[in-house]
Amino acid sequence: MRVGLFVPCYVDQLYPDVALATLEVLESVGCEVVYPEAQTCCGQPMANTGCFSDAVPLARRFVATFSGFEYVVAPSGSCVAMVRSHYAELLHDDPSYKSLAPRVLDLSEFLVDVIGVEKLPVRPFAYRVGLHQSCHGLRELRIGRSSERMLENFNKTRRVLERMTGIEFTELSRPDECCGFGGTFAVAEEAISCAMGNDRVADHEQAQSQVLTAGDMSCLMHLEGLIRRQKKPIAVLHVAQILAGRTPVSGGV
Amino acid sequence: MSSRSSILTALRARPSVPSPAPLPALDEAFCTYPDPLAKFAEVLATVGGKAISVASHAEAQRLLQSEPAYRNAKLICSLVPGIGEPNLDLLKVADPHELETVDFAVAPGRLAVAENAAVWVRETDVPTRALLFITQHLCLVINRSTLVSNLHEAYAQLELGAAEFGVFISGPSKTADIEQSLVIGAHGSRSLIVFVVG
Amino acid sequence: MSTRLVVLAPSKAHSTRAELFVANDERMHWHDKALWFVRQKRDKAAASVPEWERLRELASQIKTHTLIQLPEYLEAFEAKARALGAEVHWAKDAAEHNAIVLGILEAAGAKRVVKSKSMLTEECHLNPFLEARGYDVVDTDLGERIVQFRNEAPSHIVLPAIHIRKEEVGDTFHQHLGTEAGASDPQYLTEAARGHLRTKFMEADVGITGVNFAIAETGAFVVCTNEGNADLGTALPKIHIACMGIEKLLPRTRDLAVFLRLLARSATGQPITTYSSHFFGPRPQGKLHIILLDNGRSGISQSPEFKSSLHCIRCGACMNTCPVYRRSGGHSYGTTVPGPIGSILAPARDPQAFQSLPYACSLCGSCTDVCPVKINLHEQLLLMRNEVTLKGYLPRLKQLSMTLASFVFQRPRLYAFLGALGRGFGRLLPKRWVNNRLNGWGRQRDLPPLPAQSFRALYRNRKPPR
Repeated sequence: MRVGLFVPCYVDQLYPDVALATLEVLESVGCEVVYPEAQTCCGQPMANTGCFSDAVPLARRFVATFSGFEYVVAPSGSCVAMVRSHYAELLHDDPSYKSLAPRVLDLSEFLVDVIGVEKLPVRPFAYRVGLHQSCHGLRELRIGRSSERMLENFNKTRRVLERMTGIEFTELSRPDECCGFGGTFAVAEEAISCAMGNDRVADHEQAQSQVLTAGDMSCLMHLEGLIRRQKKPIAVLHVAQILAGRTPVSGGV
Repeated sequence: MSSRSSILTALRARPSVPSPAPLPALDEAFCTYPDPLAKFAEVLATVGGKAISVASHAEAQRLLQSEPAYRNAKLICSLVPGIGEPNLDLLKVADPHELETVDFAVAPGRLAVAENAAVWVRETDVPTRALLFITQHLCLVINRSTLVSNLHEAYAQLELGAAEFGVFISGPSKTADIEQSLVIGAHGSRSLIVFVVG
Repeated sequence: MSTRLVVLAPSKAHSTRAELFVANDERMHWHDKALWFVRQKRDKAAASVPEWERLRELASQIKTHTLIQLPEYLEAFEAKARALGAEVHWAKDAAEHNAIVLGILEAAGAKRVVKSKSMLTEECHLNPFLEARGYDVVDTDLGERIVQFRNEAPSHIVLPAIHIRKEEVGDTFHQHLGTEAGASDPQYLTEAARGHLRTKFMEADVGITGVNFAIAETGAFVVCTNEGNADLGTALPKIHIACMGIEKLLPRTRDLAVFLRLLARSATGQPITTYSSHFFGPRPQGKLHIILLDNGRSGISQSPEFKSSLHCIRCGACMNTCPVYRRSGGHSYGTTVPGPIGSILAPARDPQAFQSLPYACSLCGSCTDVCPVKINLHEQLLLMRNEVTLKGYLPRLKQLSMTLASFVFQRPRLYAFLGALGRGFGRLLPKRWVNNRLNGWGRQRDLPPLPAQSFRALYRNRKPPR
């Protein structure tokens, strides 16, 4: 299976190990992974600021870059949601976009729905893990059931992590409240953004999470930024890194 | 152009023809309860009211005597023969303001809904609607056979084509407007008893 | 806290007020917890209805259908309501609405008005309009009465006084009702309000209410309260003025089942409000006036992106679930209706004044998932950002930085070069300079340690897997 690896711009620049881990995980389940260097950014920052016209060329670039792959996988729910849910506003009825969109998946979705979780190598990860539900993955991609909806419970990110032996999921008081990153919101509404982030961190502290993880590095960048500034002893690892065998001891990012 | 015309014109000025959006028939099966009475009583208790099952009006009358709200009531109205000993003749009341000092009122309900403990009361049965809200304590009487499971069943049964005021009453009046602290007895009745007869 | 003292840049209005709200950490967390509790009650109530998601879908379909045929349904409603003996008035804007109310009061020689909770009358600023003309208008909903005494706007459309502590209510009631100084027991205070407002009900000439739902097929309308204030306020005075937005219509009586099952559960987690009063024409010996208000609704109904915001039944669930609203409070929005739905409705009407509101949002999507009528709130908030930009209200610097970023991202080699440059430079700087507290990110957060190589560099140098 030929998979195009789609790496969010800030992961490429600031958290390359997350992309490397994703690559390793995909190869470990038998994919031929290609990272097309023509990619840069999905255009989410522009679109979220309201500058749709600035995002359009980036959307076209994305479609052109990735059209040839069987699947496109990213370690990011929000970038994938941008492509699957929001490119429609930018590209309207573009047929090459329409045929590509359903093939663009977040890593957890890809592992559960396309590969099958059993293909993931079993590794030890005996830690108390606080799983943060990134909003785009949860409420746009429907990677899990959001607590607002009255439906059967399911969560694809948790399912892939359950392959790790010894893993213990901590119980949060608010299982899927937003971390407060929100893109430019993190700076434009800095006070609220950090208040939200601090409340998430406090929730993980009361739940005694040793490792905080999520499917979106943007959430983790924001939460880790608060954790490091306050010198709290919570390790932060992306789901891909856990699956690839990184541990808090071996060093995450 | 009158405002009426300009508003209707503005609403009719569509940039494009909207895709059809049919009105759902609402004839599907909604959740019902095997024991609507039990559900009704359970929900009424959670909203601060009390449901009492009785075999007859006489039994209700007997049980009413041991309710403090009734025992302590000075001015009593009743629209249900045999339940409550009224000392105010509602037929003589010309102005709803005269009901200000009513302590206890007994009124008939037309049907009741298990899912939310709502009792439907029609103005024509009361006969002045102010009584239901101005009384300090309220007692409603329903026949067990008129209990339905959900609001869909309720509306199917109610004949709302006729022009008459009606109200679903679920529990006593309440508010949580002060620091989300629940206080029973806001402006309407301070308590609600529902006798389910049959 | 007065928000009228400072002239705020429209683009920073919400963030400025929010920062003030957050600064009082204890109070902010108290407010957040109070509203989260309401969200939890909503969850419990929704979980008790097996067909909850189906009801949401039905409500959405009914509203979608109704809005397409709104002119016909309005005409039908008017005809039926008139046949029942009501007088039906049409107001194209707030000024006309208020003038109609005034006209009714003047014709009746009325002086004392009681009003139950109606966000529409807040939208029209009816109280100050009438008070300026010598009318005594008493808000009878307890929360509304509290904010009325305090000369504040409600901060939530269902829980108007959610931002006020009981000690503060105690002070206010001591001042206005003569309750004991220092008393803060909600039961005691509510009892005092009961007595005070009962007098007002008894003395009132006119009762004004809102309308939760109006039924086209019968000309009836429904008003839902827990306190019974709308009912006392209309059963005692002879004149009832019912104010409704034109979007409050439903086609059939049976539609009420869907909406009444959703409304209170979404708003407060109750199965239904204590009273759901169905009005059919005036009461015996009374008069009923129904005012149909447009005030921008017909305009929104023409917008493909935002027309479904008119489905709103004003339950407030989106506010309770919004992590931003909970931590910034309703007053930080500066609108009659705050929170997610308000951040669409207000800029739809006045994009310049309310341009900051669609950005007062982390796009988490929780609002969309709790909305009983399935308005795609978070998507509309994003689309509204584009509206604000297209109308030219986005601050120059923001627009420029996005165009610049787009320019760079269209050129992979330039992007890679700039990335390497930034990281290289950043790695040379002392950490304290990088994580400096002067910039928006660095005030409370560290940046990650800047890597020597980007992923694309690592990938290029990587040996292919065996």
